[in-house]
Parts: sequence; C-alpha cells; structure tokens
Amino acid sequence: MIYTAQVKVMPLKELLDPQGKAVMGGLGNLGLGSIKDVRIGKNITLQVEAESEAAAKAIAEDAAKKLLANQVMEMFEITIG
Amino acid sequence: MKFGVVVFPGSNCDRDMIGALCDDLKQEVIPLWHKDKDLSMFSKEDCIVLPGGFSYGDYLRCGAIARFSPMMNSVIEFANSGGKVLGVCNGFQILCESGLLPGALLRNAHQQFVCKNVFIKEEGNPAALKIPVAHGEGRYFASEEVLKSLNDNGQVLYRYCDENGKLTDTSNPNGATEAIAGICNEGRNVFGMMPHPERACSNILNNEDGRVVFSKLFGLS
Amino acid sequence: MEITAATAAQLRITEEEFELIKQKMGRTPNFTELCAFSGMWSEHCSYKNSIKWLKTLPRDGKKMLVKAGEENAGLMDIGDGYGVVFKIESHNHPSAIEPFQGAATGVGGINRDIFTMGARPIASLNSLRFGKLEEAKTQHLLAGVVHGIGHYGNCFGVPTVGGEIYFEECYHTNPLVNAMSVGILKNGTTVSATAEGIGNPVFFVGSATGKDGIGGASFASAEITEDSAEDLPAVQVGDPFQEKKLLEACLEVIETGAVVGMQDMGAAGIICSTAEMSAKGKSGMRIDLEKVPTRQQNMKAWDLLLSESQERMLMVVEKGKEQAVIDVFEKWDLPCSHIGEVTGDGMLRFYMHGVEEAVLPAEELVLGGGAPQYDRSIKEPAYLQKIKDFDVNAVPEPNDLKAVAEQLISIPNIASKRWIYDQYDSMVGAGTVSTNAPSDAAIVLAKPTNKALALTTDCNSRYVFADPYKGAMIAVAEAARNIVCSGGQPLGVTNCLNFGNPYDPEVYYQFTNAIKGMGEACIKFDTPVTGGNVSFYNQSPDGPVYPTPTIGMVGVLENADDKMTMDFKNAGDIIYLVGEARSDINSSEYLHKIVGEEYSECPHFNLEEEFSLQENVASLIKNKLVQSAHDVSEGGLFVTLMESSFNKNLGFSVVAGDRTIRPDAYWFGEAQSRVVVSVKVADEQALINLLDNCATPYTRLGTVTTGEIDLAGENWGTVDSWKDKYDNAIGNILKGHENEAALSAL
Repeated sequence: MIYTAQVKVMPLKELLDPQGKAVMGGLGNLGLGSIKDVRIGKNITLQVEAESEAAAKAIAEDAAKKLLANQVMEMFEITIG
Repeated sequence: MKFGVVVFPGSNCDRDMIGALCDDLKQEVIPLWHKDKDLSMFSKEDCIVLPGGFSYGDYLRCGAIARFSPMMNSVIEFANSGGKVLGVCNGFQILCESGLLPGALLRNAHQQFVCKNVFIKEEGNPAALKIPVAHGEGRYFASEEVLKSLNDNGQVLYRYCDENGKLTDTSNPNGATEAIAGICNEGRNVFGMMPHPERACSNILNNEDGRVVFSKLFGLS
Repeated sequence: MEITAATAAQLRITEEEFELIKQKMGRTPNFTELCAFSGMWSEHCSYKNSIKWLKTLPRDGKKMLVKAGEENAGLMDIGDGYGVVFKIESHNHPSAIEPFQGAATGVGGINRDIFTMGARPIASLNSLRFGKLEEAKTQHLLAGVVHGIGHYGNCFGVPTVGGEIYFEECYHTNPLVNAMSVGILKNGTTVSATAEGIGNPVFFVGSATGKDGIGGASFASAEITEDSAEDLPAVQVGDPFQEKKLLEACLEVIETGAVVGMQDMGAAGIICSTAEMSAKGKSGMRIDLEKVPTRQQNMKAWDLLLSESQERMLMVVEKGKEQAVIDVFEKWDLPCSHIGEVTGDGMLRFYMHGVEEAVLPAEELVLGGGAPQYDRSIKEPAYLQKIKDFDVNAVPEPNDLKAVAEQLISIPNIASKRWIYDQYDSMVGAGTVSTNAPSDAAIVLAKPTNKALALTTDCNSRYVFADPYKGAMIAVAEAARNIVCSGGQPLGVTNCLNFGNPYDPEVYYQFTNAIKGMGEACIKFDTPVTGGNVSFYNQSPDGPVYPTPTIGMVGVLENADDKMTMDFKNAGDIIYLVGEARSDINSSEYLHKIVGEEYSECPHFNLEEEFSLQENVASLIKNKLVQSAHDVSEGGLFVTLMESSFNKNLGFSVVAGDRTIRPDAYWFGEAQSRVVVSVKVADEQALINLLDNCATPYTRLGTVTTGEIDLAGENWGTVDSWKDKYDNAIGNILKGHENEAALSAL
C-alpha cells in the first residue's frame, strides 16, 4: 500500500527566523498588520510503500530524523494522508 | 603530511583548495571523489579537506545530502580514529551536518549572500587576519550548553573582528553567535570555518593571511 | 488541422514569411514544421532586423580564432597557446516578468555558450538598467535580479568580477539585464557547434525537458485546452547545481576525444541546435524525439522541438566512442540519451515512436541560410531637435559647489555599488586580482599562463540617446580606456544591443547610427566585434528605453604584475590630469539629475584625441611612472578624485581650473578623454618629459593628502565623511525596503 506522508519542517521555536520576520514586515507594508508572527518552514511530501499507516509513519520519521530535518535547528511533524 | 581534497557534485572551491595547497604551500594533494570510499593512503598525520561550494546544490539544507555520500562515511571513520579533517565554508556545513562538529550554520541574519574580505582573530591573539568570506548560510548557531563547552575547552578557533582585532557588531558579517567564524572538535583534529583561507595564500591576489591559518592548523608555512 | 496564414500569424510569422516558407518547402508545412520556422525565424534566432547592419561591424582580426558569429561565443588568441572565449547576452524580458529566475537563467545561458566551446568560464560580468531606485517596483526588480545573478553565479562557481548599473526612468517597465561570461581554453581544443560524419550518433545530455518557453506554439495549436494551459510554466527555472555538473562533465567528455561537435540548447531549443549544427556541418539529422528525457507527460513533437528548458546540450559523438561519453555522464549523474544520427542530405527528420513528425531543410531555417533579412526604414527622432535647442548658458552656475558635490556623490548612478556586489562571489577561482587592488577594469588571472585578462562592460546610454553615433563610440572608447588604465591592451569586443521596436523608424535610426559609431571606434582601437546579441522591443507605452549598445571588452596583460590600479597610494604624491579640461556639462549626471535637464548634447568626444590619450596613458603605465590611473567618467573630475581616495583613505588638495571653464563643468562635467594619474615626486620630471613629447595636454592638479579634501583652497572636510555618503547612498535608499530582498529570497 502507498501512503502519502507530509513532513512539516519548522525552525525551532526559540530560534530567530529572519526570513519570517522579514516577511512579516512585508505583510505589514501591505496593510496586514494584524498578522502578529510569521515563521517559515518546509513541507515535504513522501510517497511511502508500507504495510500500515503506522509503519509508513515510522519510515517517514526515520527519514525526517536522518535527513529531512536537522534537529539542531529544526523540528518536524508528520501526517499521513 | 599530505592532503586529500574531497570533490562532491557542486563543490566549486576544490580547485582553489588544491591550487593553494599544491602551488602556494607546496603540499602533496590527492583529489578524492565523493562516490569512492578508500582512504587507506592516508595516515593520522594527514588531513582530509572538505572544500567550499554548493554540494548537491545546497538543496534541502547546506551540506545535508553530501553528508551521506560514501566518501563521507569514510571521512567520519577517519576523523573518529584521530585523522585530521578541515571543512571550509560548505565543508564546515557538512561537518556540522555529519555531527563531527557541534552546532549548525543558519541563513545569514541579513538574508543576503555576502562576499568580501573580513577580519578574524584567534582566541587570545589580538592580531586580525584578513580572509575572504562568501556564503549565504554562515550564521553559526549552537545551544547554550554547546557554546559553554566550546568556550571552556578552547574549541573556538576564530571569531570575526574588525581590522584592529575588536569584536564589533559591524565586523560580524552574518550574525554568527558570539561572532564565531571557526571551531574545532574536542579532540582537536576536526576543524571547520566559514572564511576561505585558500583564497588568501597568494601575493598576486594581495591576500596572504590564509597562510597564517594553514600554519596554525597544520604547522605549514 | 489545416495550416493557413492565420495559423502562421498566431505563431508570429507574417503572411510574407509564410509564403516564403511554402516556397522553400515546396509545400505547406505541417503544424510542427511551422513551429520550427516560428522559432528559428524569430528575431532572437534569426537576427532578421539587425544582421545586415551587424555585418558592417569590424569582424576580423589576426587574433580572432573563430569568425564572428560562427560559434556560440567569440574566441581570441591571448598568446602562450591559450585563447579567451567571451560573450554577452540579454535576458531583459524574462527578468521583467520574474526578476530572480530571469536573471538567474540569463547567467546560466551565457555560461553554457562558453563551456559548449570547451572553455572553462573564469569570470562573469553584467550590465544592468532599472528605473528610479526610489520606486518600489525598481527595488523589487533590483533585489530579484541581484539575488538571481548571485544565486546562479555563486553556486555555479564563477566569480562575478565586474559590471555596471544605471537607474533611469526610461527603464522603469523594461529593465535591462545583460550578462557576460569569459572563459579560457587551450588553443586547438575548441569544440565546434557542428554536426559532421554521416552515421555519427547524436546525444542529448543534461536536464530533462519540460514545456518551458513554448507558450506561443502551444497557444497557437488547435489542441490547447484550459487544463493544458495551466501546465505551461510562465518562467524558466534555472538549476545552477545541474549546470555545474554539466560543465564538469562536458569538459571531461571533451578530453576523451569522442566529441565531434556540441551546442547548448537555449532559445528555440532542440530545433535550433539541430538546425544550426547541421547547417554548419553541411549535414542533416534523424532524431527520435521520444528518446529525449522529459519531466512532463504528453509532450508533443513541437513541445520537444521548441522547449527552452535549461541546462541541456546537444552533442555529436564519433561513432564507436559512445561508451566513453555515457560513462562520463553517468559519473556525474546526468541524463545522457542517444537520440539520433547525423545524415548527409541536409534534412532534419524528427520522429515520434517511429512516426514522421517533421521534415525540414536545415539550411533554410538558419541565419545566413534561408532566414529572412530585412532593412527597416529610418527617421531622425523628433527629440533630437530638443537636444539641439539646449542652451548651456540658460543653466546658472551653482553658488555652492560643495552642496552639489554632496548630492552628486550620493546619486545611485555614481555612489558605491557595494550593496550589489557584496552579494556576488567575486573571489571564487582565486584569480580575481582587482578585489583588493581596484582598477578601472576587473583583472582576472588567465591561469595557467602568467597573463591576466582585463574585463569591463560599458555604456552610458544617455550619451547614446543624445547622439547615437557618438554615444556608441564613447561606449567603446570608455571600455578601452578602462582596460588601458588597468594596464591592459584592448583585445576584442562582444556587444549587447538593447533597443526599442525596430519597426519604429526613430528606433531604427538610433540602432543604425549606433552601429556606425561602434564600428568606427572598434576599428580605431583594433578591437573586432566577436559576437554578441541584439535585444529589440525594449519599450513600454511611454516609449523605448534609451538606446543601450552595451560593450563588453576583453583586454590582455602580458603579466599580472603589469596591472595598474585606480587608488592613490601615498600622501605627497603629485596628481595630474592627462587630457584636456573643457567647459562642458552636456549629458552629465550633474546636468541631468541635479539641474534636471533631460535634453542636452552628448559630451565632448573626438576619436583621434581619445586614441592618443590612451596611447599616452599606456606608455606612462608601461614606463612605471604612475602610482594610479583612473579615468574621468560619470560625475566628472571631482568624483574621479574621490574614487581614487577611498580605498586607502587618502585625500587630495587640488587647484581650480582655468577661468574660461565654468566651475561646474570643471569639477562635474563629463567631457571624454581624461585620466587622473598620481606620480611619486621622484618620478614627476620623467612624467613631464614623457607627456611633453605627446600631443595630449596635461595639467598638474595638486597633491595626495593624508585624508583632507582641499578644493581650490577651500577645505571640504575629510575623506571619511565623503566615503560614508558614497558607500551608503544605495543602502540608505533601500533601507526600510530590505523586505524586498528577503522576499525575493523565498
């Protein structure tokens, strides 16, 4: 069975995200000052062949830990769709 | 001693590194290909260099994909058994990604690629060295504990400074934590730095302070 | 579907051209064949509205190793068995739509032109034009273009060593992005863009093909639906990582000796490369299009023929040596596909799964073969009358020269371009000599020889607007002057001719007169035009851009140690002006930006006077009599003196000009053919002796100081305060708009 795994990679909460900060400034210039915070990460889609949803998630987690995210500066979340 | 310079797809300072080591510093250099894994011709006295560039296009994260090449597995083994390893710029990023050095290199604080001569200084030595930097993601970051142990063990090799050796806000080109430009591991056999000493070894370029770096790290002159 | 003149019109083929195609084919072409003509007879590939005039340029010289326009780039001999390969090209329209990718793919394309000939690129330059920097649109375009050039060049690993940038209102809608690349090769190892040897295999190498840049053809086809329109990308995305691998693989495969000919795929994609290589080799090709690696499904024959996907090459390989080629591309993890064979009948035959899709005579498709050539009508532009009507006496002399000077040094066209060039890797390759020792042209080591190259791009388009003939001469003269002031000998030219709509007779007047002036100047400086690019249609409803014939010039230094730099070296050295001071403020930054006068004549220029000035400056440098040399250009004498002061934080104390010269003209005027040099006291007499034997006038201006600026007896403060204004002017305008830069990096 092929499962679609979405891996959301985000900069660690405590880390300055200058890109997000700059984008927030840009949104402010567009009159969207009500947006109070912007953080920018990555969304990675994997097609995983696995026996079950749980197994697919485990494989995606392995991929995220080993390569897709650098846990020194990033955190990740996985959803299987 | 001899040097091995690893060529990854997307490396673009490999030729400069080989040129500086061979032509300017008169060292023996063996180019290494990322798909190979044989390092048997090197002893602990030798040094493997991971050059600058954009290995694998810097896709995903700088250095993240190169870290899994066959040659890197051998380099990690070589380092763990005490062999010397130097990573410059993208090479430093690869060393952090592979866990041979602590911390990570984030996108420059001002969000732009920066290429210019900067000044760096060794810990405890006020003399400023003029060395080029060229990177988009060179902002050194590490957790509080890691920083503490780097400082306690004297693992910070270089910090960015001004031409008089003073640490100022404007002399830090990328917003690096504690102005860190280069570090080494606890065993003092793995070295990583963002500035490019290989671009500063020739008098025709009016940049020669890179020789001081190679001299400090390997006793070359 | 039935092919009619209406179909042709949708493909931007005129009725007249459609008739010509039918006549040349001896039948009505099918849709795919018509698409091939549409691509090949486009302005971009056929130069149909410019080639007649381009042929009038000096295109010969004993140092030219290939004929102008015959290969992908110019190739000239630099001695010691090495040659320099160079070319400039525009990417104006793609950059106007998507500045980041437009500029990035421009850099990628021009570098492919260099390494497809077997040369390793060693330096990049650019020439950029935008609207006023204060405008948000300009800031968006500037941030994107600079980021795009940096992104591609930095990753590809070629240093960006020089360039020029101007901000003028006429470029608001139509920015210009011209990229130049320079490479080096061992003479005799050049790879030609030719298909020879019947039966030799044709290989496709590099990135997979998608539907990039084929909007026109697809929209004209009857089969397009709304769904399929959606998967037509509006922009091409560059992949510098792929191009870096392609560079290394191509250079490596050339060494195997298996390559017969090679050409990159740029405009008009596969059809252009197959047609041009076949026409050049007087051969033909049979191509199985389904063997071309693709990254989109259901691509039609015309999609594959016209796609402008980046980072691709077409290669003809010697039969029997296929495996050597396959091995190299496998090593570099690049697609490599045997897609056809060279044939001998001059025809291009394209098949899709065995079905014949198109049969085309190669020669009829190409420039110099069957492609049409037009000469358009000419009319003197009406605005030239306003220029003739300008009366300098109506401009009052300013009361406060210092206030003018402070404004001038902060004008973006004059101020430091640090904000831009710090984003480019200028030092990769460890051969950029001018980083720490600035000179009027960039100086790059020509490894492995002991020589160096002096490189520059130049064009003051306001001068060309004021007088297309003389303005284009000045562009060539300034480029040569920059090279001479850097200690080099001018060698050759590549040009990028950016103009408005050629069907507008006033634009065509500008174009043809600029060509005439350029040609005469190139003959005088013995710098043949080795190739280049024409970009028409740079125009908005408000009118055309300034005529902008950008000159990319390459010069040679026999030894890198022969270089001359522009900065003052020691306090106490004497400053001289070589050349004649004139009472001329025409078309200066001062007159245009500060006084606010749009129309005035081109500044003083005389080709003979310029030529002898350059000879004299060259002999001063050769005799090692001067410490610095810097030419007077935008901003005039004052800005030249300041620019010589900044690098070492020195100043100057100089005397006023002759009473017959307006003070504003003396300090800020841009009359041509002037160079500021500094000389050690001990060498002063030798300098005087040399200049006394020359026709060029000279003046002793004063001395280099430790940092004080003293102008005609008036203290103007220290170099630091001027440097601050000069260095930060552009950054200050962009301050508060840094978001643009950040957003462009997303």
